[in-house]
Amino acid sequence: MRTIEQTTGEILDLAAQHFKVPRASLSPQDDFFKKLGIDSLQALEMLTRLENHFGIELPDFEMQGVSDFRTLASRIQARL
Amino acid sequence: MLDLSKYESLGAALRDALKQWPEEVCLIEADRDREKARLTYRQFDESARPLAAALQARGFKAGDRAAIIMTNQSKWLISAYAVFYAGGVLVPLDYKLTPKEQLALLVHSRASVLITEYPIWRALIQTEEFDKRRIDFAVVTEAPAAADLGGAIRWEEFRADREPDFVPRRRSDWACIVYSSGTGGRPKGCVMTHENYLEQCAMFPALYPVAPGDVYLSILPTNHAIDFMLGFFYQFVSGGTVVHLRTLRPEYVREAFAKYKVTHVTLVPLILKNLQKGFEARFDALPPRKRRALDFLIGVNKRFTRGRARLGLSRRLLPQVHEAFGGKLRAIIVGGAFTEPRTLQFFYDLGVPVANAYGLTEACMGISVNDLKPFRADTVGKLLPRVEVRIVNPGGDEIGEVAVRSRTVMSHYLDDPELTAETIVDGWLMTGDLGRLDKAGHLQLFGRKKNMIVTIEGKNIYPEDIESAFEGLPVKEFCVFAANYIWPKHSMVGEQLVMALHPETGRALDEALHAEMAARNQRLLNYKRISGYIVWEKDFPRTASMKIKRVELAEQIRECLDRQSVKAL
Repeated sequence: MRTIEQTTGEILDLAAQHFKVPRASLSPQDDFFKKLGIDSLQALEMLTRLENHFGIELPDFEMQGVSDFRTLASRIQARL
Repeated sequence: MLDLSKYESLGAALRDALKQWPEEVCLIEADRDREKARLTYRQFDESARPLAAALQARGFKAGDRAAIIMTNQSKWLISAYAVFYAGGVLVPLDYKLTPKEQLALLVHSRASVLITEYPIWRALIQTEEFDKRRIDFAVVTEAPAAADLGGAIRWEEFRADREPDFVPRRRSDWACIVYSSGTGGRPKGCVMTHENYLEQCAMFPALYPVAPGDVYLSILPTNHAIDFMLGFFYQFVSGGTVVHLRTLRPEYVREAFAKYKVTHVTLVPLILKNLQKGFEARFDALPPRKRRALDFLIGVNKRFTRGRARLGLSRRLLPQVHEAFGGKLRAIIVGGAFTEPRTLQFFYDLGVPVANAYGLTEACMGISVNDLKPFRADTVGKLLPRVEVRIVNPGGDEIGEVAVRSRTVMSHYLDDPELTAETIVDGWLMTGDLGRLDKAGHLQLFGRKKNMIVTIEGKNIYPEDIESAFEGLPVKEFCVFAANYIWPKHSMVGEQLVMALHPETGRALDEALHAEMAARNQRLLNYKRISGYIVWEKDFPRTASMKIKRVELAEQIRECLDRQSVKAL
């Protein structure tokens, strides 16, 4: 079982890879809309990648109101 | 399509539609790449009638209000039909609102019944403000077997064995209460009559006819006026098929077009732009020779479709593009927010029939739509049949406020005669949008007169609603505005919210205050956030009852400060 820190770290790795930004530029408290300059559909695209990575399914509405990596990690962690 | 002039209510028209095409598929529910349900009109009827009977068995009667908070799925439509069958008034609420916002609208609408999904219900009952006594009962779908439902009834078990009684309604009776906004301060519950919907629906066949075998892809929320009309009522009374996709993820939206051979879809600009990006990436990845060939074919298509859309020819010239859309697509209607002309042009050049439209919840939905004869990327099309538009107080450039008169205009705002009187003046709906009618009868929009913004996702955001998130901020007073309201601009893209901030006497706007504002802003949904603030050292002008005089304050700010004074948050 992953710890929340591990989950967060893996999310940051994948986000950096997916949006082609340096991993070091991302931190858990970042607002990913602002930091990555993405819209809600691009955030959902990222979510699909995360689902495949973690082997879970997260309905779209779970992303509602989530804008930082840490909260996203806790939503994912709850389903692991 | 059924002859809607014969009908008095949505329920009566839907009841006949279900009998008219019993073996046609009316509804497909898909989640990601999985199909979860497929119902014929007969099966839909069989699912809804026991539900209507159960509502009646619990005392639900004509004029009672039932709220639905659900994602796009078959049970949404089945429940809505059951409510209409029993003569009820439907209150479609946005599942994307926070539980607190949903509760506020539930209370405001005085819905006696709530029909919702289990995760939404769980969030609602865990909210501090939740008061079970406010509703008579709740019906909850898809709850896990062992779940504590907090007194709610399982949708799947909510059945009565007796035949329900069909409750007739008149055209002038209320059909729905649709909230166009007002989650924070002043709820705007548009009271829509059966007449509004029947009249609106009858406008479409002349422009975009639908028949059995046609497939509409529903990806906008069904609570939204557009999807309720085009992704439910219009399809059903025309014998079409609705595909409900329970996700907005671009990869599954793209897949759905081809998988279900979609003929019609309505999109907001955000999704259309995302599709554009996908195509552009594919085109950019082509080897130079193929890219040149593609550009040549696009050029040929442009030449032959200048005067009108020629779908057959476009499909032959650019088969890969059209196959990506399933090969059957006849119309993409784009609405809900302003669409950039270059995005519309991109698709039209590929021969994809993309029609820009304009409407308001207060006008039931549609006011104008492009008929592609010829295609215009710079307008929101011609007026729908039997819709009148007047440009109020036009300037030298003929631009003024767009006012609309039609049988589709709402009855009133629920419990708000003052706002109703401001909005419907002598029978004309004042839209708050600035526009001009050109010689060809096309409506062009240039900006807004009212203090609001519309996001690219089609969400109306009223600054007053945002203010509650900043209540208790250690400042003397503050007020949120649409930036274009303070500094009018003939543009409908990149609209932003700004806060005017009056600091406590002697207190500078320090880092701690900035950090608190940023933190509160962060807690808002991303599309509701303010982009910056201005510091205003004078007292805000107020009415006798101490309400901020927003018009006057905006004027004062405009005189002293410009857009460059806005500090980013």
